[in-house]
Amino acid sequence: MDDKVQDLPVHHEHHQMLPVWFFIGVLLLVYGVIILWVGVSDYNQPTQVILANEHANVWGGIILILLGGFYTIRFWPRRRLR
Amino acid sequence: MSLPLSMLALSTTTVGQLISLKPPDILIIVLYFLMVLGIGVYLKKFANTSNDFFMAGRDMSAWVAGLSFLSANLGALELMGWSAATYQYGILATHFYWIAAFPAMVFLGLVMMPFYYISNTHSVPGYLQLRYGESTRALSGISFAFMTVLMSGINMYAMALVMKVVLGWNIHFSIWVSSLTVAVYVTLGGLYSAIFNEVLQFFLIWLGAISIPVLGMIEAGGWNGLVAKIHERVQGDYVHLWSGMGSFSGNPMGVHWTGMVFGLGGVIAFGYWTTDFLVVQRAMAAKDLRSAQLAPIIASYFKMLVPLIVILPGLLALGVLPFKLVPESAVTPGLHSYNEVLPIMLARYCGPGLLGLGVTALIAGFMSGMAGNVSAFATVWTYDIYRPYIRRRESDQHYLRVGRWSTILGVIVSIGTAYLVTHFKSIMDYMQALVSFFIAPLFGTVILGMLWKRGTSKGGFWGLLAGTVSSVAMYTAVVVHPEWLRYIALSPDAKPMAENLYRALWSWMICVGVTIVVSLFTEPKPASELQGLVLAHTTFPDNRGIPLYKRPIFWGIGVGIFFGLLQYIFW
Repeated sequence: MDDKVQDLPVHHEHHQMLPVWFFIGVLLLVYGVIILWVGVSDYNQPTQVILANEHANVWGGIILILLGGFYTIRFWPRRRLR
Repeated sequence: MSLPLSMLALSTTTVGQLISLKPPDILIIVLYFLMVLGIGVYLKKFANTSNDFFMAGRDMSAWVAGLSFLSANLGALELMGWSAATYQYGILATHFYWIAAFPAMVFLGLVMMPFYYISNTHSVPGYLQLRYGESTRALSGISFAFMTVLMSGINMYAMALVMKVVLGWNIHFSIWVSSLTVAVYVTLGGLYSAIFNEVLQFFLIWLGAISIPVLGMIEAGGWNGLVAKIHERVQGDYVHLWSGMGSFSGNPMGVHWTGMVFGLGGVIAFGYWTTDFLVVQRAMAAKDLRSAQLAPIIASYFKMLVPLIVILPGLLALGVLPFKLVPESAVTPGLHSYNEVLPIMLARYCGPGLLGLGVTALIAGFMSGMAGNVSAFATVWTYDIYRPYIRRRESDQHYLRVGRWSTILGVIVSIGTAYLVTHFKSIMDYMQALVSFFIAPLFGTVILGMLWKRGTSKGGFWGLLAGTVSSVAMYTAVVVHPEWLRYIALSPDAKPMAENLYRALWSWMICVGVTIVVSLFTEPKPASELQGLVLAHTTFPDNRGIPLYKRPIFWGIGVGIFFGLLQYIFW
């Protein structure tokens, strides 16, 4: 079988599939909102875990929103039809 | 790869549960289940042919194939088990992520993937059929199908047990919810669903677990602070990779460096990463040869980073936990086993929200393991057992239907296995041994087939059989006469972990030896039947004109340099 090394992405005509990155982006974005909301709600009385004063929920929520938001916007369906 | 199945002996006598989930955590878990089901429903419309269902249309980019390649291996059982092993043996557990990963993964990408991909085979047993004939395919295919579906059941049981100990969930609830979810999304979307969810799992595992090393290092005062704390608490060297491996008695694992390099890093790692169809299938699903070659190489970079979220938590537990963990056999109410390291550290640092994310990462890891095993089973069952031996020359749609039904069958058998294991826990030990019987000899058979044109059908079959039987014999001998370990491992100071490593080495050598001898006395296939299957009869694509940074070998060398640097730092 002759297999050609492709330099450019191969376009399969029958597959207009949303990329996995979009699904990941949506889920992380939603997770980020939930976790940030919890972090902000509990800011003055954080749950008693080690290093609670570091407010890991707030930082974690922000990072997830940024990461999820980036993937969601970057791979949003209407952008892929251009 | 060898799973630390001792993790599965999690005590059910632990009083109470380790973690209490709050509503935001429950919401995060529920959203994960909705997402994976939604992905399966969405992808069903793209899984219209057997090539779509079993090989994801051979449409995956290098990154998607690479991340799913890694995630197919990176299950929650492994995460929890190796954290536990680190608590016991220190940084030596890292060898299972470094020496036992990158050389084999790069070798797969640069040397073996061209043959798997150019031959256009659908599975490793499929390659063996093309190269050696039906008998070798049958031996490999039937054993793989049997083992992989049983491993799926063991994954399912492990998840249910972990959820019971960690969260207090009912075992039956965990088994049925997870298995039905996996059954739905894999039956609908096939390998597309499995791969999508593995890539999702990759992100969740990293994001769910990263809080432990970050917060843990803050608490410990950095690496130097952690090392000082470990030295205050335990005797022995827990923080050097190689300096204690000049003798069996010089390190907590009781392994000599030769066993680690040639046994683990050589035969076991190469056998697993290059012939285990569960991971190789992900690279085969790539859209072209260069992507297929890059997939395991991309995965090797991330594999090298996994110790951050697996090994470091184990070391942190050694240094910062105010109580000691104990072996599983010594657990009584109030004590925790080594196997609970990861959930204990999660509960230590993560409040509501992040805790839910961490638990979701564990669940995702378990379910992806089940899904991967079930999809691999369906492929091998349909292509390597059903089609050649039961119903030949049916339509593509027929085999697609068989694929969907065999996925459901695989899940049902997995559920049965999970319940069987609840009553006969020793099955887990036997499964671990069973997997190890085949891995090393199979690597010998495949690599000789790819590189040596003189290998014959009879040579391939008898070599594989001889290697497997010898592995069974050595294992049985040590079980019956434990003192015989000194002969297998060539030292009276060898500890049980060394048995696996040296047995793999000897069985591989026996397989290769028998294959060569039998081949020299039997008739090889004509060259016309070996096109694209063996080095001497394969034309490789010309990479001249491709920029260096786009070539797989460039990135393969890069991860080698990365590996060297890490060995130097942690010597």
